[in-house]
Amino acid sequence: MTADDAGIVAAIAHGDPVASALDPDGSLRQLAGDCVHCGFCLPACPTYQLWGEEMDSPRGRIHLITQVLDSGHGSAATAGHFDRCLGCMACMTACPSGVQYDQLIEAARSWAEADEGERGQRRRAPGQQPPGQQPQLPAPLPPRSLRDRAVRSAIFATFPYPSRLRAALVPLRAAQRTGLDRLAAGSKLLRRVVPEAAAALTVAPAPPAAGRGGVVRARSRHDGKPPVAARRLPARVPAQGGRRAVVGMLTGCVQQVLFPQVNAATARVLAAEGCDVIVPPRQGCCGALSLHGGRRAEAADFARATIEVFERAGVDAVIVNAAGCGSAMKEYGHLLAGDPDWAGRAAAFSHTVRDFSEFLADLGPVAPRHPLPSGAGAVVTAAYHDACHLGHAQRITAQPRALLRGIPGLVLAEIADAGTCCGSAGIYNLVQPEAAAELGSRKAKAVAATGADLLVSANPGCSLQIARALAAAGDADGDADGDADGDADGGSGRPMRVAHVAEVLDASIRGVPLESLPG
Amino acid sequence: MTSGRIDSGPPDAAPAGPGPAEPEPTGSRPVGPGLAAELTGICGAANVITDPQQLRTYECDGLTSHRSTPGLVVLPQSAAEVAAIVRTCAASGVPFVARGSGTGLSGGALPRADGVLIVTSKMRNVIAIDPVSRRAIVEPGVTNLAVSKAAEPYGLFYAPDPSSQVVCSVGGNVAENSGGAHCLKHGFTVHHVTGLEIVTPQGDLTWLGDGTGASPGYDLVGAFTGSEGTLGIVTKVVVKLTPIPEAVTTLLAAFTTMGAGGAAVSAIIGSGILPGAIEMMDALAIEAAEAAVNCRYPEGAGAVLIVELDGPAGDVQAQTEAVRAICTAQGAYEIRAAQDAAERAAIWTGRRSAFAAVGRISPAYIVQDGVVPRTALPEVLDRIGELSAEHGIRVANVFHAGDGNLHPLVLFDDTVPGEQEQAEKLSGQILDLCIEHGGSITGEHGVGVDKSRYMPRMFGADDLDTMQLLRCAFDPAGLCNPGKVFPTPRLCGEVPGVRHGPHPLVASGLIDQF
Repeated sequence: MTADDAGIVAAIAHGDPVASALDPDGSLRQLAGDCVHCGFCLPACPTYQLWGEEMDSPRGRIHLITQVLDSGHGSAATAGHFDRCLGCMACMTACPSGVQYDQLIEAARSWAEADEGERGQRRRAPGQQPPGQQPQLPAPLPPRSLRDRAVRSAIFATFPYPSRLRAALVPLRAAQRTGLDRLAAGSKLLRRVVPEAAAALTVAPAPPAAGRGGVVRARSRHDGKPPVAARRLPARVPAQGGRRAVVGMLTGCVQQVLFPQVNAATARVLAAEGCDVIVPPRQGCCGALSLHGGRRAEAADFARATIEVFERAGVDAVIVNAAGCGSAMKEYGHLLAGDPDWAGRAAAFSHTVRDFSEFLADLGPVAPRHPLPSGAGAVVTAAYHDACHLGHAQRITAQPRALLRGIPGLVLAEIADAGTCCGSAGIYNLVQPEAAAELGSRKAKAVAATGADLLVSANPGCSLQIARALAAAGDADGDADGDADGDADGGSGRPMRVAHVAEVLDASIRGVPLESLPG
Repeated sequence: MTSGRIDSGPPDAAPAGPGPAEPEPTGSRPVGPGLAAELTGICGAANVITDPQQLRTYECDGLTSHRSTPGLVVLPQSAAEVAAIVRTCAASGVPFVARGSGTGLSGGALPRADGVLIVTSKMRNVIAIDPVSRRAIVEPGVTNLAVSKAAEPYGLFYAPDPSSQVVCSVGGNVAENSGGAHCLKHGFTVHHVTGLEIVTPQGDLTWLGDGTGASPGYDLVGAFTGSEGTLGIVTKVVVKLTPIPEAVTTLLAAFTTMGAGGAAVSAIIGSGILPGAIEMMDALAIEAAEAAVNCRYPEGAGAVLIVELDGPAGDVQAQTEAVRAICTAQGAYEIRAAQDAAERAAIWTGRRSAFAAVGRISPAYIVQDGVVPRTALPEVLDRIGELSAEHGIRVANVFHAGDGNLHPLVLFDDTVPGEQEQAEKLSGQILDLCIEHGGSITGEHGVGVDKSRYMPRMFGADDLDTMQLLRCAFDPAGLCNPGKVFPTPRLCGEVPGVRHGPHPLVASGLIDQF
């Protein structure tokens, strides 16, 4: 034991208020102690791949967390390393010791996220510090810059609210249509977040072209059942054939605003597979962005509301088609464990949450699949991208592949380094645009190398990020071919479509060609 | 030291010792802003770490029981930068330590508080692959597995495969002469390195070996490989690549007892078959691996043996049948054969994860590394079991059975006062056992800082003095990874023991002093 360590142990033993207030029950220290420093997480970590520095590896971040727990203080550099973590959880897949890194990094993010007042309050253990007798304890991490805080506030005030997100996109759409990028900077909200707005601008897809958005109205040539509109899903989509299950469906925030067609396809596929699909109209944000951003209190509020809405719906399972949302909803039990009124309900709810692919693979197919003819009638090669919150956080990798392999004639290609994050990572591409762009470009390269016609992803953030990176790679090749309809170019001179598993299955079940999939 | 001062005096003035204005408790010059500024001039500010919390993340490698926060950390990106850093350190009399991925298990990369830690994790380019001469040239920070991945399109692989191959660096492999499960047949790092570009402890960039592996003169590549970072820093490595075998079969055989498994190992080797690997795990190690990676080994196994056979398809098929028969004869109650890469990976995943996986069944543990003659395996394993019972401390056994390289995992609870000391004592007694049976205190993890105290149990004073001569030939100033390998830090000018006059081996003409 070093003299340093001895001092720390003594401080803990004597109840050093700064150190012990961060981890009153010692649970974080215990979680950090599970790390045996073997380093197996290093090559799995995207930021270690980028920079090769210990502090930007999971092992290094756990070490930094321990240091903050020990001393009650983290340097500005330390705070930066917490912020640079994507939260992709590739390290948890790689870890042989089962370290629960997700809980550690969420705690570290909460140290950075809470404002000064909250932090002071949280630390005053009841009955220990009569007000006015003891000075307020110093913050565990130095405050973020005003600008950084403004960016984050803007994000958390926008993304979880579909109507606000839609409104924020108006100037972006205008800019895309007119090429007047200054319009975007002129948006009240976005003026404060430049250049992050530039990142948002480049990832936001153009609205489906006239007539294309209406594809959801296409009737199945096989059943002639009423269509499901994309913009506003009905509260109930009835099962086709015999009813096999009653499921609830989360419509999400980014998904519903930017990818309404994915939600429509999800509902159609579930109905075709014999599910009554209940879409509670009053549902809100599931809290995933807040939870993964270290805003636990905000996330808990979203969680309670979401649980309530789906409890009232009376469903067997709650189906989620966005990886990040599903991952957060499966964590509700843990998130609300400290709330006696909600702990039981939250845990029970989490058990009912299923990712779209996970649920369908378990249910087994009844609706016949048809080949997906491409324009030339050739075999479609699809590359499946593992969203981190599906592959690493939910350990769902086999099910979406199995569903895609179930489509006649579809060839599945594997992407090299499939477990490495594309850089989207919730709000990461907005707050760490440079690292995100580099990771996106690496991912695009790996995707393009598969030679696939179609990229299948199961998370809206990933779809945006990779489509943008593919397009950028295409542009860099001097091959700018006007990707206005969402096609992305992998640099092979061939446009690559990006679609959700649900859209591909929907096209196969309905027997419509790939071209009708909105990009 | 005055904050922000940049040393600008002549380099030869620095090593003379502390100046009047600078009291220096440790090295001849403190590691402070002056040195940091000089290193920043070499590598750029982004690659010189001075923040105390950042520095502390480098306080240990894979062996956490030894910790020391480095004075400075630098992350060079080229051989020229490494050379310039070392020159700066040498001129200032500041000790330096090289580190790759920080996965070593003997504390070989333990930093010096009064020194500079030179981390090669940003030097990770595979510079060239020559499939015709079957060579690759890589930078030291390239991971072991990345070499095989780069060679795979040519039908080649890099044979040494330490369990940590996904993360451990080739530079670190050279320093430790790393082995791995397949060294039984394919050999250690030293058998696969044919040339090294190194920075000498004086800061000179030079090559050892010519890449053929057969250059005339002293085998300095051999001397350097396994020198645990005490003779210089590797900046490029030329490695041999091996053709991927035509066929590979992996057998998993379950036995009720370790004795039966050990007997099967002896019988396989005795039959003249040389498998690529023979690995053994006991019940406790299996329990840990199951908890970690759900490897689904046969239930109720007291021992599992993993036997991997590689080579031409016909040979492998014949040997597979022979090994099956031997295992059955020795009491194996279930034998599985993996035919494809996925099945093979399923068998290996339990073994590869075993070290870290014991974290699932024990709050803390010591990974021991010792070697015994294969024939002594049953007796030594029995004795380890007895020692474990005497101390009341669990020992899980994972080892390269084919070459008698034991990896007992000594499990303890570090929150129980005194238990760590008990575990360390038991761990040391296991090494004594190895020495008693004519083995070694390390098979592949190295001596580092952890086992230097055991060196005198295995080597006499003359042996150690002779090794010291080699070290001093490379590093007379004693700045390159000091405090490692040898039990007592000793300066090169110091005459070992009470001896006067030339070293007896030099005097007798047996060795040369450089």
